[in-house]
Amino acid sequence: MSNTESASTLKMTARNVDIFYGEKQAINNVSIDVSMEHVTAFIGPSGCGKSTFLRTLNRMNDTISSARVTGDIRLDGHDIYAPDMDVVQLRARVGMVFQKPNPFPKSIYENIAYGPRIHGLATGKSEMDEIVEKSLRRAGLWDEVKDRLADSGTALSGGQQQRLCIARAIAVDPEVILMDEPCSALDPIATAKIEELIHELRGRYAMVIVTHNMQQAARVSQRTAFFHLGTLVEYGETSDIFTNPREEKTKDYITGRYG
Amino acid sequence: MIQIAIFLVIGLSILGFVAGRGRASAFSKGRTAAAVRPHSRPNHHGAHVLLWALIPALLVVASSMALVPALVNDAVLSSLPVAQQPQSQMDRAALLEEVRAIASGQSMGGFIEASQSLVPAYKVANTKFNGIAAALAVLVAVIGGLFGFSKVRPDFRARTRVERLTMTVLFMASLIAILTTIGIVGSLLFESIRFFGMVSPVEFLFGTHWSPQMSSSGAAAGSYGAIPLFWGTVFIGAIIAMIVAIPFGLMSAIYLTQYAAPKVRSWLKPILELLAGVPTVVYGYFAALTIAPPLRDFAVSIGITGASSESALAAGLVMGVMIIPFVSSMADDSIAAVPQAMRDGSLAMGATPSETIKRVLIPAALPGIVGGVLLAVSRAIGETMIVVMAAGLAANLTANPFASVTTVTTQIVQLMTGDTEFDSPKTLAAFALGLVLFLVTLALNIIALRVVKKYREAYD
Ligand SMILES: Nc1ncnc2c1ncn2[C@@H]1O[C@H](COP(=O)(O)OP(=O)(O)O)[C@@H](O)[C@H]1O
Ligand SMILES: [Mg+2]
Repeated sequence: MSNTESASTLKMTARNVDIFYGEKQAINNVSIDVSMEHVTAFIGPSGCGKSTFLRTLNRMNDTISSARVTGDIRLDGHDIYAPDMDVVQLRARVGMVFQKPNPFPKSIYENIAYGPRIHGLATGKSEMDEIVEKSLRRAGLWDEVKDRLADSGTALSGGQQQRLCIARAIAVDPEVILMDEPCSALDPIATAKIEELIHELRGRYAMVIVTHNMQQAARVSQRTAFFHLGTLVEYGETSDIFTNPREEKTKDYITGRYG
Repeated sequence: MIQIAIFLVIGLSILGFVAGRGRASAFSKGRTAAAVRPHSRPNHHGAHVLLWALIPALLVVASSMALVPALVNDAVLSSLPVAQQPQSQMDRAALLEEVRAIASGQSMGGFIEASQSLVPAYKVANTKFNGIAAALAVLVAVIGGLFGFSKVRPDFRARTRVERLTMTVLFMASLIAILTTIGIVGSLLFESIRFFGMVSPVEFLFGTHWSPQMSSSGAAAGSYGAIPLFWGTVFIGAIIAMIVAIPFGLMSAIYLTQYAAPKVRSWLKPILELLAGVPTVVYGYFAALTIAPPLRDFAVSIGITGASSESALAAGLVMGVMIIPFVSSMADDSIAAVPQAMRDGSLAMGATPSETIKRVLIPAALPGIVGGVLLAVSRAIGETMIVVMAAGLAANLTANPFASVTTVTTQIVQLMTGDTEFDSPKTLAAFALGLVLFLVTLALNIIALRVVKKYREAYD
């Protein structure tokens, strides 16, 4: 629970967040913490606002002109919607992996090098090679692609593409990784690999994963937030939410009575 | 007479439609639960009757239009005593033409004495044969309509027939463009082969001296080297025009897809597309009268030799402006076709919008953009009005943009206007030029469509 979290591991805090698309309110008064040591899962029926909320954590909602955010969202105590916050820096610190793998139509190498290059993280070719290798290793993809780094990223299988996207996010050395249903387009084996990867990355990065798969949330996360119709119904330790939910709605949802 | 018949036939067809539909709705309404469900709806039956009344009758009308004049001519000629009949084909045609003109009131009297006296015979024959044709058409319409009407039965598959006919008509419509093109290519090829019989293809394709005016027919050597024309075409259409059109087209596409507010886009894009509809002759005026003179003055003032009031630069610049909307709209489509996920992926890495455009969107859209540019080039090199008005006629092989150059299209116009003899190499050269232009344009289009298609598949 948030109040038991020690302040030092708290990476992001959201307080009383409302999000609107034009006149329509998509998120209503949500408060949540993202900590370094736990993976946080967002669950809830489709259309309840999980993606909307996730996208405000690295201000990807800025790209939607009708979207408006009120409330207080902080990264290491700094308001990310403050005027002095540079959104380019923010997104380098808070990376994102999307529902459908979206590698750029470039080589595997260039996919990884893209971020470090725009942020000027490498000064030479050998340094870039190092970053590429390290990122691919962390994403568990190095052994599969090390001999064909020049091949197009789009030629990989779906699961490999998604790990490439994770490696791409890792390459800019983020502090938080947001994942929006990263396995929904993947087969069970590829899904298992991603889940394993999330386990391995835990502690190194603060992670938030949106999923519609309850078993997945139970497997990979330590904190779970259950959204319904734009409100946060219940938020707590994953084991509590799944074995002993406080709210009737949560119970109904996780037992599959609706959703 | 025939006009009245056509109206009657149409009227009968409509009547047939109404009658057929009426009869069909009677049995489809009156059917009991046990009766078979009619295969076709009343409208199909009506249409079937209509087609039976209309099409055979129209065929009669069409064939009568071909036959009646010949029959009338025969009748008129045979009314003359054999001794007075004109002997040559040409005299006969002239006489008949005069008779026709006098009879229809277009001319008062003729040069040929006999013509006046033949007018009554012409009128009689004309009325007779037209009357027969008209009556026949109406009769066929009635018979056809009755036949069609007799087919209106619940189990008759009118819908299948009507649809099959509709499909045939649509198919033929789609063939017309193709067949016409094949015909054009055929005639281009035929005349070009005749040309190459007089002038060697090597001389034509690789020679650097072009002055067809100098050659009298037959003696063609040395004046049909088309390289200066090809160069002028490439210089204006593929180089100067593209130097203008590619950056501006691309920039406007980037602005429109990435930066413009929806409201701005909603009026800017249609305006750009409207520009593509401005008649090219208007651009031609603009190039020749507004752009070319100051360009020449400028060139003269900085001491460039060979500056002319008709210049490659004037034509190329204006052509480039003309092509901007085209490049812009192709690039716009390609950029818009790059999935939003690419853009999001890049932005989520902390790339700025301009980095995203430069490093992700444009590379991803590049095949589409290249395809668009190739199509633009193929348009530019086939463009005629601007170069005719602003580029000049001098077949100079020069890289000086202020000098006058000439293009393939300009020369085709030049060769085909004025007095033309269809067997001199001078005229036939136009076909050879046309053939080259056609082949190059075709190749560009095929490559462009391939490139674009390949790239579209990548995102499906
Ligand atoms: N770009 C947008 N413009 C307007 N409404 C949107 C937009 N994106 C999402 N919404 C609306 O916001 C609500 C939450 O959507 P979303 O966050 O995608 O839900 P989830 O990810 O939980 O399925 C939905 O009602 C959806 O229709
Ligand atoms: Mg979603």
